[in-house]
Amino acid sequence: MRLKEKITEALLQLSAIFSVLITVAILYVLISESYFFFSRVSFFEFITATEWTPLFTQKSYGILPLVTGTVLTSFIAMLVALPIGLTIAIYLNVYASPGFKKVIKPVIEVLAAVPTVVYGYFALMIVTPFLQGFIPGLSGFNSLSPGIVMGIMIIPMISSLSEDALHAVPQNLREASYGMGATRFQTAFRVLVPAASSGIIVSIILAVSRAVGETMIVAIAAGQQPRFTFNPFVPIETMTTYIVKVSLGDVVHGSLEYQTIFAAGITLFVLTFAMNIISFYLKRKFQEKYE
Amino acid sequence: MEKLFSLNHLKDKAFLITGVISTFFGLVVLAIFLANIMIEGIPRLSLDFFTSLPSRRAENAGILIPLIGTIWIMVLTSLMVIPFGVAAAVYLEEYGAKNKLASFVEINITNLAGVPSIIFGLLALELFVRFLGLGKSLMAGSLTLSLLVLPIIITSTREALKAVPRTIREASYGLGATKLQTIQMQVLPSAAGGIVTGIILAISRAIGETAPLIVIGAMLYITSPPTSPMDDFSTMPIQIFNWLSRPQKGFIVNATAGIVVLLSITFVLNGIAIYLRNRWQKQVKW
Repeated sequence: MRLKEKITEALLQLSAIFSVLITVAILYVLISESYFFFSRVSFFEFITATEWTPLFTQKSYGILPLVTGTVLTSFIAMLVALPIGLTIAIYLNVYASPGFKKVIKPVIEVLAAVPTVVYGYFALMIVTPFLQGFIPGLSGFNSLSPGIVMGIMIIPMISSLSEDALHAVPQNLREASYGMGATRFQTAFRVLVPAASSGIIVSIILAVSRAVGETMIVAIAAGQQPRFTFNPFVPIETMTTYIVKVSLGDVVHGSLEYQTIFAAGITLFVLTFAMNIISFYLKRKFQEKYE
Repeated sequence: MEKLFSLNHLKDKAFLITGVISTFFGLVVLAIFLANIMIEGIPRLSLDFFTSLPSRRAENAGILIPLIGTIWIMVLTSLMVIPFGVAAAVYLEEYGAKNKLASFVEINITNLAGVPSIIFGLLALELFVRFLGLGKSLMAGSLTLSLLVLPIIITSTREALKAVPRTIREASYGLGATKLQTIQMQVLPSAAGGIVTGIILAISRAIGETAPLIVIGAMLYITSPPTSPMDDFSTMPIQIFNWLSRPQKGFIVNATAGIVVLLSITFVLNGIAIYLRNRWQKQVKW
């Protein structure tokens, strides 16, 4: 009997440790393949050159066009998701009845359950033609439309996580504010939002991290053309879409072209890893504050 | 003073209206998108569409192969990820409470949950496709998606276990049950509703994924549905992406019809998950 308990505990522990092995494997694969890449391409060129043309005869290995593409689509997505998501969070927490909140929160989360390839279709076939009605110079592939659609997709990340943070603010702070004669609006912005700020920041960081790693919407609607620009009306390419583009072609294993996807991959990983870790410690801090 | 007072109330009301509009904005946009999809896609749905192989002519092409691929992926991924995910969650929640290992694993899982799905594709390309020699098979694809949704299952299972009150555990210990017996006979059955909900949502996420499967190469032209885990495959999202990348109008219509099928599967799974969660919450009032 004792033995069975011990064996089970060991097996369960192994399963938990297994998840650490996944991270180790990701790091190993990314680092070892990029090591080969950086032994052939100078790191300086990689981070400063403004052209990314590894698949052309005239090769240049500057990651900057992919970075600007990623920053541009993520920025547009946040312009949509941040104000809407935060407004929803505050509205649901401060104004809406608990019954309404309970029903509507999972419904809004449906936005995040729609497969991204479907959002890609929306961006390409519905939003771009619609925007072209207002913006004559808008190319059929651009970063504006996938950015907006991505923003709609990540609304629930911000609204749900920020609402959780607002919900964690102790009830007596809220009542004290109302007792002083403050309106709901004043209570929300002068008491609750500052008190829940670290939780709200966590939701924002996680949303940015999600936008940076988003692949299919941009692969379908942004054009897959690396371009060092912040113009939202022209075709661009992100780090993620570059990986997709190369994967769709016939690139020989071990070639420099093959290794470029790992160089793009490790850049993406480092960026999102930093954001995830910062948000983890912020979240832990704000949980301590009120427990 | 009177005027200031009313200005504040005006702001209060203005925000209320903004809040209502924001809450419904995303949903209204999604509704417009869905209406558009249904108008374009539903007329294309026919029995032939479900039973046809891929074709160079849009009107003859069907989703038999990707649909069967998606079902395979669903089954294989579930088989692989559920035992590992639930076991890891039980360890973290019931055994590892405050030890160093558990807290390290926890940081790690939070981070994994935020790793872009395409990175899992790069890992799988080296590890499963090449190192383990699984090629572009269903097995390689399901393993990739298992790693991807593992953090989701661990997190949701932990939430479900956390919701089981300590009194139930203590009552069980009081009757002389061991820790393992308590977990098996009391804690897991009490948390089952929450665990199953999390599993369904994770699987729904897995079958909607495209990017990591493209990276491992699952886009090749195949002529017959997979019949074993070692066969090459395609899935619904991959087929939709493939059709969307073609210029002819006929293939775009096919993509729309494919989206109707994929979304139906996704929404049915999500509906079941929400239903189970509500029933479970109602049933168990501690």
